[in-house]
Amino acid sequence: MSDRVTNILLVGVGGQGILLAAEILSEAVLLAGFDVKKSEIHGMSQRGGSVVSHVRYGTEVFSPIVPEGEGDILFGFELMETYRSLSLLRQGGAVVANDLRIAPPSVLMGQETYPEGLVERIRERFPDFLLLDGQKLACEAGNSRAANTVLLGAVSRRLDIDEQFWQQALEKMVPKKALEVNKKAFMLGRSSDWNAP
Amino acid sequence: MKKEILSGNEAIARGAYEAGCRVACAYPGTPSTEILENTVNYKEIDSSWAPNEKVALEVAIGASFGGGRALCTMKHVGVNVAADPLFTLSYTGVGGGLVLVTADDPEMHSSQNEQDNRNYAKFAKVPMLEPADSQECKEFTRLAFELSEQYDTPVMLRTTTRISHSKSIVTLGERLSGLAEPKLIRNAAKLVMLPGNARVRHPLVEERIEKMSEAGATMAINRVELRDTSIGIITSGVCYQYVREAIPDASTLKLGMVHPLPKALIREFAAQVDKLYVVEELDPFIEEQVRAMGIAVTGKELISLCGELTPGRIRTAFGLQPPPAAPGEKLPGRPPNMCPGCPHRGVFFALNQLKAYVTGDIGCYTLGFMPPLSSMDTCICMGASIGMATGVGKVVSTEEKKKVVAVIGDSTFLHTGINGLMDMVYNNSPSTVVILDNRITAMTGRQDNPASGFTLMDAPSHRIDFPLLCKSLGVKHIRVINPFDLEQTKNVLREEMDRPETSVVITDKPCVLVKREGVFQKGPVYTVEVEKCTGCRACLKIGCPAIEWRPAGDGGKKGKAFIDPLLCTGCDVCRQLCKFEAIGSAK
Repeated sequence: MSDRVTNILLVGVGGQGILLAAEILSEAVLLAGFDVKKSEIHGMSQRGGSVVSHVRYGTEVFSPIVPEGEGDILFGFELMETYRSLSLLRQGGAVVANDLRIAPPSVLMGQETYPEGLVERIRERFPDFLLLDGQKLACEAGNSRAANTVLLGAVSRRLDIDEQFWQQALEKMVPKKALEVNKKAFMLGRSSDWNAP
Repeated sequence: MKKEILSGNEAIARGAYEAGCRVACAYPGTPSTEILENTVNYKEIDSSWAPNEKVALEVAIGASFGGGRALCTMKHVGVNVAADPLFTLSYTGVGGGLVLVTADDPEMHSSQNEQDNRNYAKFAKVPMLEPADSQECKEFTRLAFELSEQYDTPVMLRTTTRISHSKSIVTLGERLSGLAEPKLIRNAAKLVMLPGNARVRHPLVEERIEKMSEAGATMAINRVELRDTSIGIITSGVCYQYVREAIPDASTLKLGMVHPLPKALIREFAAQVDKLYVVEELDPFIEEQVRAMGIAVTGKELISLCGELTPGRIRTAFGLQPPPAAPGEKLPGRPPNMCPGCPHRGVFFALNQLKAYVTGDIGCYTLGFMPPLSSMDTCICMGASIGMATGVGKVVSTEEKKKVVAVIGDSTFLHTGINGLMDMVYNNSPSTVVILDNRITAMTGRQDNPASGFTLMDAPSHRIDFPLLCKSLGVKHIRVINPFDLEQTKNVLREEMDRPETSVVITDKPCVLVKREGVFQKGPVYTVEVEKCTGCRACLKIGCPAIEWRPAGDGGKKGKAFIDPLLCTGCDVCRQLCKFEAIGSAK
């Protein structure tokens, strides 16, 4: 167990299951014996606004929010929100993003356009980048709403946490009727082809 | 010992449970709401929503005077409403321990101002504790109850958004047993605050604060941590965590009690370090008092008076890191939005068309300010819409007076709007009041209120009859409308705006997020018939997140509207806007 604190950011749009993914992640690192802190903003963000959740773990964690520019892994549920949050990452940080575009109100109303070429622009700044079709893999697992767990599975490849703790965390945090689908979704993400450079 | 990951709010609820608390009362408000949503899970605690913070505190005071430990929670601006009982409660002291939680919101993540409620502790002369993580939230809540009884005082516990809504590991304890059984205790000289009695109490309040300041020097929650003594930082709450992160070598005096300050300990710490700083969010609350003690200290000349701190902002303030670069590229924003099927949407669309001057209020409907609805002109505080409509009407011309409409939600109306309506009738104001009755306190996450028919403990309860209530206040013109019927909504609003007397329009459709069975029912999903859609964009004027504009493809054809079947609730509003009958239900 190293003394260094690991900093993970989960970003996306309200309603995408970001908070649950952050809860499962926190629970798994607690079971693995780490200190952990998690922070996010509720309130207005629930009405379809941007959501940023911070999870930090290590031997001892002070701040509940990731210091600016010190994120190790950015875990994006939506492309523009992933791109928007890149400045929170350290140089050489890793990005896992869901290949999904959700139009904000100004784009829905035709006043602005959704930015082009985000995937390329993310890869250019952060070559350690995995793009996943979370919806497709979640459907494979049995429910399109489990995309958050697919992404969590992919992130788990880069975290020094034993598989048994992930399983226990899923069992504790996911409602029973959705558990099997979520376990499958997690393993699909975990078996993705994404290794540390 | 069992360990769990809890938010600050969950930990405060747990602390109240462990402290043997019997009564918890609150009005919901971000970031405080989840405390009562968690005390309700402990059957030993009687948890309830009050119509406003003043009533909530009065319920807690009664429970305390009866000898039970009582918790009262609110957001920072709620203390403004509860300030009246608070200031005199400071004189009477308590029976059973009484803890008042104020959840402040530096950075205004979900608030209309970022007032620093540490000032209330000094102003009302009551002690205030400030936890720095969830474990401390639990421990400090327990301690607050003990101090409350030991010093015969209400105790304030202050959190900020980052404490209330962050999660960290908490070791659970057992519920305290053996507290005295509550019973009626008569002690009029202490509890009836007539001038003669209050004059006797005031010096005791001053003595109490002095005594607590002295005791603070040896309280374990006020802690000196000596590291490199060239820099010494006095700090508290989440700022302590940021300081440890940003300047790990600095010596710190971590204050768990921010009022009264432990002066002896501060002097001792100041003498041990070369240069003394205070790192605190918002006001120079600690800094000014330290300076008044004659100690040289640096604080707000480095650190902003506005917004919350972060580790990076502290590093920048101490010259350890350059300020962040301005964001280079402008991306489309993602502001919050009214939900698809929200019953408020049609009302604001109609008010926009009628060019109403809308005095607004606090709730989801404040989003009526956002484009494309763009129909809110003022928003100050809970309940302000109605009194302000009366006031505007007193100064503008007769023609302009007709444009003035107050818009307020059910919960906010019952909070502090009802007095405004009383005044409107009493003083003969010609304004129109719209009560958006969606049967829930929606913005803070769907809490029940006296108009929803259920209590926090999920017991069925009387549901306030708004037309009857308004009638009893003397309103002669009361109209109940279906806000999904745009023509009716617009016609009724126009008629009542034109009327030179007080009138009330009540909308009667529930919030789409109400989960209770039989309240909200989803209708058949609507679709756009592509052949009939002319691309006129009329349906986009209501800003429904379920309707998407798809620009023209290749070949220069016109763009079309599209309805997301997963988001559409079948509210029917967009269909009424389409002149070409391109929108219909799929059935």
